[in-house]
Amino acid sequence: MLEIKNLHANIEQTEILKGLNLKIGSGEVHALMGLNGSGKSTLANILTGRDKYQVTSGEILFYGKDLLTLTPEARAGEGIFLAFQYSVELPGVNEVYFLRTACNEIRKYRGLAPYSITEFAKIIKEKSAKLGLSELMLSRSVNSGFSGGEKKRNEVLMMEILEPKLCILDEIDSGLDIDALQVVAEGVNRLRNADRSFIVITHYQRLLNYIVPDFVHVIVEGQIVKSGGKELALELEEKGYSWLK
Amino acid sequence: MANNIEKILNNEYKWGFETDVAVDTLKPGLDEQVIAEISRIKNEPAWLREIRLTAFERWKKKQEPTWAFLNYKPQDYQSISYYSAPKSAPLKKSLAEVDPEILKTYNKLGIPLEEQKVLAGVAVDAVFDSVSIITTYKDKLAEQGIIFCSFSEAVKNHPELVRKYLGSVVPATDNFFACLNTAVFTDGSFVYIPQGVRCPVELSTYFRINSKNTGQFERTLIVAEADSYVSYLEGCTAPQRDENQLHAAVVELIALDNAEIKYSTIQNWYPGDENGKGGIYNFVTKRGLCAGVNSKISWMQVETGSAVTWKYPSCILKGDNSVGKFYSVAVTNKYQQADTGTKMIHLGKNTKSTIIAKGIAAGQSQNSYRGLVKITSAAENARNYSQCDSMLMGEESGAHTFPHLDSAIPTARVEHEATTSKIGDDQIFYCKQRGISSEEAVSMIVHGFCREVFQELPMEFAIEARQLLLVSLEGAVG
Repeated sequence: MLEIKNLHANIEQTEILKGLNLKIGSGEVHALMGLNGSGKSTLANILTGRDKYQVTSGEILFYGKDLLTLTPEARAGEGIFLAFQYSVELPGVNEVYFLRTACNEIRKYRGLAPYSITEFAKIIKEKSAKLGLSELMLSRSVNSGFSGGEKKRNEVLMMEILEPKLCILDEIDSGLDIDALQVVAEGVNRLRNADRSFIVITHYQRLLNYIVPDFVHVIVEGQIVKSGGKELALELEEKGYSWLK
Repeated sequence: MANNIEKILNNEYKWGFETDVAVDTLKPGLDEQVIAEISRIKNEPAWLREIRLTAFERWKKKQEPTWAFLNYKPQDYQSISYYSAPKSAPLKKSLAEVDPEILKTYNKLGIPLEEQKVLAGVAVDAVFDSVSIITTYKDKLAEQGIIFCSFSEAVKNHPELVRKYLGSVVPATDNFFACLNTAVFTDGSFVYIPQGVRCPVELSTYFRINSKNTGQFERTLIVAEADSYVSYLEGCTAPQRDENQLHAAVVELIALDNAEIKYSTIQNWYPGDENGKGGIYNFVTKRGLCAGVNSKISWMQVETGSAVTWKYPSCILKGDNSVGKFYSVAVTNKYQQADTGTKMIHLGKNTKSTIIAKGIAAGQSQNSYRGLVKITSAAENARNYSQCDSMLMGEESGAHTFPHLDSAIPTARVEHEATTSKIGDDQIFYCKQRGISSEEAVSMIVHGFCREVFQELPMEFAIEARQLLLVSLEGAVG
C-alpha cells in the first residue's frame, strides 16, 4: 500500500531524511523506533503533507498514487491519518461538530453520502463510550481542557470515525499512565484489520507489548539502519541505539 | 507551498458598485448658510434649525478627538458635501414611484424592498446617501400605533415626539462627531413603540452611501414606551472608491419602564483596498438611555467594514433594575483600524450590565477594544461582567484592550476577563489532516470564537453575519 523510495527531506535547509526506504503492505503494523531528532516525526509530517518540510528527492507511492502531489486534506481523504503527539486545541469549536465535519468531508472525498446529525450522533455515542469518553467531554471544544489521556483517546476516536487505511501514531504513548495506555492500545487493536496498516512511532518498547508490531525498524540519522520482527524492539530496550551507528 | 498565515488577503468587496442616478448635491463646505440650506430643503421647523445652529457653534470650538488608538489623515471638513440626494426624492409612498435604479441597487445588495419582505418578518427603511427612499410595511405597523418612518417624515408628522426626545440622550453639545451630526444630519429612521406594544416584526434600516465626496450623517431615534418591546436591525454598505468618505451617525435609544430595545448592527462599509487606500471613516455615537425601571437595552454589533471605526455604543442605566448589554464582533483585515467598545454608566440601583467583545485582527490591521464601566455612588448593588477576547491572524496585525473601571460604591460587583489567542498554522494543519479545508477550518475557528455573540443576534442577521465574516477574512489564512 505504501512505498517510500530513497526519500530526502529538509527542514529549514537542514537535511533530516537522508535516503529513507520503507515498504508497507496491507494490514501490517510497522514500529518505527529511534532517538530524538533521528527523523521519525519528520517522516510523519511528510506523509501527511505539512508544508514546512521540503522533499528534495525521492518518491512516496500510496496505492500507486504519487502522494507528494496531494494536499494534506486530499491525503486524509485517501486514507492517511495521523494521531498527533501533541493534539491541537480548537477553542470554541464543538467536538462533535468538528468530528462530523471531518467525517463528512472525508466521506465526500470518497464518494459516500454524508451522515445526518442523528446518524452521526448514534455513531459517536457508541464509539466514544468504548473509549471511555464521556458525553460531557463531547460537548466541549476540541481538545480544550482535555487531560493528556483524554487527548490521546480523542485521537483514537477520530481515527476510528475517519476510517483510514494508514494510521500513523506519533508517540501515542507519551505522557500516558499504564491504564490510559491500555485503553488507547485496545482502541488501536480494535481497528486492526486486513486492509488497514499502521506506523507506530515510539521511543519505548513498552507500547509494543500492547500494540504488537509485525515489523520493527530502527531509524538513525534519517535512514532505516535495521529492520526486524518484534524481538528487535526488545533488543533495543536492552542495548540502546549506539551499537547500530 | 507558501507559509499559510503569511499569505495575505485578496478578497473583493462585493458591495463596491456605484449606482448611476441623478443627484442634487450641495457644494462642498460647511457654514451657517449650508446648514440653513439643508434646513430649507427639508422644510424644517425653526426649533430644529436652532438645534442645528447651536450644535454647529459648539462644533467649531471643539477639537477632533485624538485619544483613540487610530492613525489616519485628518479630514478636511470643508471639502465634504453635506447633502446629496437622488433627484427623484423625496420619500415615495409606493415602490412604483421609486427610481428603478435605486431599487436595483437594493436588490443587488440582497435587500429586496418589496412588500414580500413582510413575510420574512422584517420591515425595512432604506436610506440612500442622505435621504430615506422608502419605508416598507409602515401601514401594518401603524394599526398597532407603531411609528416607523424616515426621520424627515417624523419631523413633519410627529414633531412633538421628535422635539421631546431628540438630543435627550446625545445632546447637541456632545462629542465632536455628534455635534457635527446634529448640525448637518439629513435623514435616518424614527421608531416609536406605544405603551404595552410588542413590535411584531424586526424593524430594519439599510444605509447606503453612493455619491462621491459626500458625508453620510444619519440620525436614528428609537423610543420604547412603558412595557413595550422592539428589535431593530441596521445594515450598511458603500461603493468602492479611492478617497476616504466620512460617516458620522448618531443613534439615540430611550427605554421607559419595563421596555426593551434590541439594536443590532451589521456594519460593512467599504474597508479600503489591500494597500489601505480608500474606505469609510466611521465615527459614530450610539447611546441608549434606560430611563425607566426594569428597562433593558442591548447593543449587538458585527463590525467588518470601514477603514477607520470609532464607535462605542453605550448604555446609561438610570432606571432601577435596568439592564444594559453589549455584544460585539469587530473584524479588521488589511489596513483597517477599529477602536470600538462600550460605556456602561450605572446610575440606578441594582443595575446590571454585560459586555462581551470579540476582536479579530488579520492582515496589517489594528483592532482595539475600549470600554468604560462607571458605577456611581447611587448605583447600589450594581453589577457588571465584561469579557474581551482577541484573536490574531498572521504576524502583522495587532489587538489591544483598554478597559476602564470606575466604581464609587463598595456594594458594586465587577468582573473582567480578557484573553488573546491566535489562529496558528498548527490549528489549520490539524483540521486539514482531518480532511477539512483551510477555509472551512478558519470558518469553524472564527465562528467558535464569536459564538457567544452570534447566538444573541436575531436569526436572519446571524446567518448574514456568519457569511460576512467569512468574506471579510477570505485569504487571511491561506
